[in-house]
Amino acid sequence: MLKDITLGQYFPGHSPIHRLDPRTKLIGLMGYIVALFVAKSWISYAVMLVFLVTLIRVSSIPPKSIVKGMKPLVMILIFTGVLNLFFTGGETVLLRIWKLTITKEGLTRAIFMMARILMLITGTFLMTFTTSPISLTDGLESLMGPLKKLHMPVHELSMMMCIALRFIPTLIEETDKIMSAQKARGADFETGSLIKRAKALVPILVPLFISAFRRADELATAMECRCYQGGEGRTKMKLLRYTRRDFGAFAVIAALLALIAVLASFGL
Amino acid sequence: MWRKLSEIISVEHLAYSYPGPEGTEGGSNGCGKSTLAKHFNSILLPCGGKVYVCGMDTSREDLVMAVRRRVGMVFQNPDNQIVANVVEEDVAFGPENLGIASPEIRRRVDNALKQVDMYNYREHAPHLLSGGQKQRVAIAGIIAMEPRCIVLDEPTAMLDPRGRREVMETVGRLNQEKGITVVLITHHMDEAAKAGRVVVLHRGQVAADGTPRQVFSQPELLHELGLAAPETVELCYELNKEGFSLPLDALEPEECAQILYEAVRSDP
Repeated sequence: MLKDITLGQYFPGHSPIHRLDPRTKLIGLMGYIVALFVAKSWISYAVMLVFLVTLIRVSSIPPKSIVKGMKPLVMILIFTGVLNLFFTGGETVLLRIWKLTITKEGLTRAIFMMARILMLITGTFLMTFTTSPISLTDGLESLMGPLKKLHMPVHELSMMMCIALRFIPTLIEETDKIMSAQKARGADFETGSLIKRAKALVPILVPLFISAFRRADELATAMECRCYQGGEGRTKMKLLRYTRRDFGAFAVIAALLALIAVLASFGL
Repeated sequence: MWRKLSEIISVEHLAYSYPGPEGTEGGSNGCGKSTLAKHFNSILLPCGGKVYVCGMDTSREDLVMAVRRRVGMVFQNPDNQIVANVVEEDVAFGPENLGIASPEIRRRVDNALKQVDMYNYREHAPHLLSGGQKQRVAIAGIIAMEPRCIVLDEPTAMLDPRGRREVMETVGRLNQEKGITVVLITHHMDEAAKAGRVVVLHRGQVAADGTPRQVFSQPELLHELGLAAPETVELCYELNKEGFSLPLDALEPEECAQILYEAVRSDP
């Protein structure tokens, strides 16, 4: 049951988007988000939508899995939609039920807000679906490189992320094992009040933490044995390199931003 | 072809304290094997005497990294020594720490993975591999640093028989074909019987030292230490108790069979 948990689901593939440098994707995502917040009219939203759909087609990610990823967010979407629908003031009243009024402005705003959230999340999914966690970590480390001058522990952070990603499946497996062991000795995790069930988790968490610390200790020794001494003087097997494809991607994102900005300046 | 261990690691009047329970019977658990092994690459420092690796004193702080790149270490639990979430990234971890240029790392990683027969799995996630495969990846991670000597601390203790065989075959091949000196810490007498030299430890002291034939032909001594001799020797030993006078140095089943055949034939 715990095996179903996946973090940063990555779909291996060889599409042009998969092959982009992770830094390009990170910067591109930021550009895309800025464009999304600058967009204010039906036309600019349509432009963004066309752009997004093209990207999804190019990445050959099954749209179904994107829709599946949206499921936990339905509540937030409905909440945003309803709030914007009823609480936006405006002149053209479309509908009046009791004390609640729906105005034309409110309706447009609700649609825009929901579209914005949907497109924001789809864009982010597109990045995590096409980038392996490890290259994402590498990209982040490289992008945050200048922060090292401000004594930010950039290498340490990315190492921690990498190790955390590595140990998630191992610890999930371990949790499963401990749960089975406790169940075999009569522990009950499924019935009772919420507090009772939360209390039943203690005998799982204690051994899990102890074993995690033991693992951490052993891992630290193993890393020392492999000459690890921090980021200083460390090289990389896979060097990140911008290619022509990345410059193309930058050009596309810049064009999109410019187009949306021009549209916005004309009040569209 | 392989160099003698004494040419790489030398120990002078080593004194160390080990955490094993004082009253443990026998030489198997808590007799100081792992503690001794950790002195070979400066993970632990002796409280008296000296350990030298290729003539370098392990207690000198400026030489720690030089020592560790010459003596690699593989531990019992393969899960706790794999750092990255892609096999080849993990093998690259050691060379990356040494600050080697990226094309050379690539070459070493491919080489190391081929030597342990895991090249086809280079893009797999480690948690999806079997125990034996994980342990082979861990060994590849060490040989990618091109050490003179590998210390394996009960590498097969957590593996099933098949994983054990895979790991032992790999270790044997590295020793015979690549000339890497191997120090193997083990409870399994049949693994020890394949070595060039066997050292039996008891309560931190050397209890026996010699070729497998010399050590294993003393079943009384081994029994006193809580160990068993290989089954072939045990058989001859038991038969001797019943009045036979068989030699006790047969380590292979064929040899043993030959001895028994001759004994039966000469005894009408």
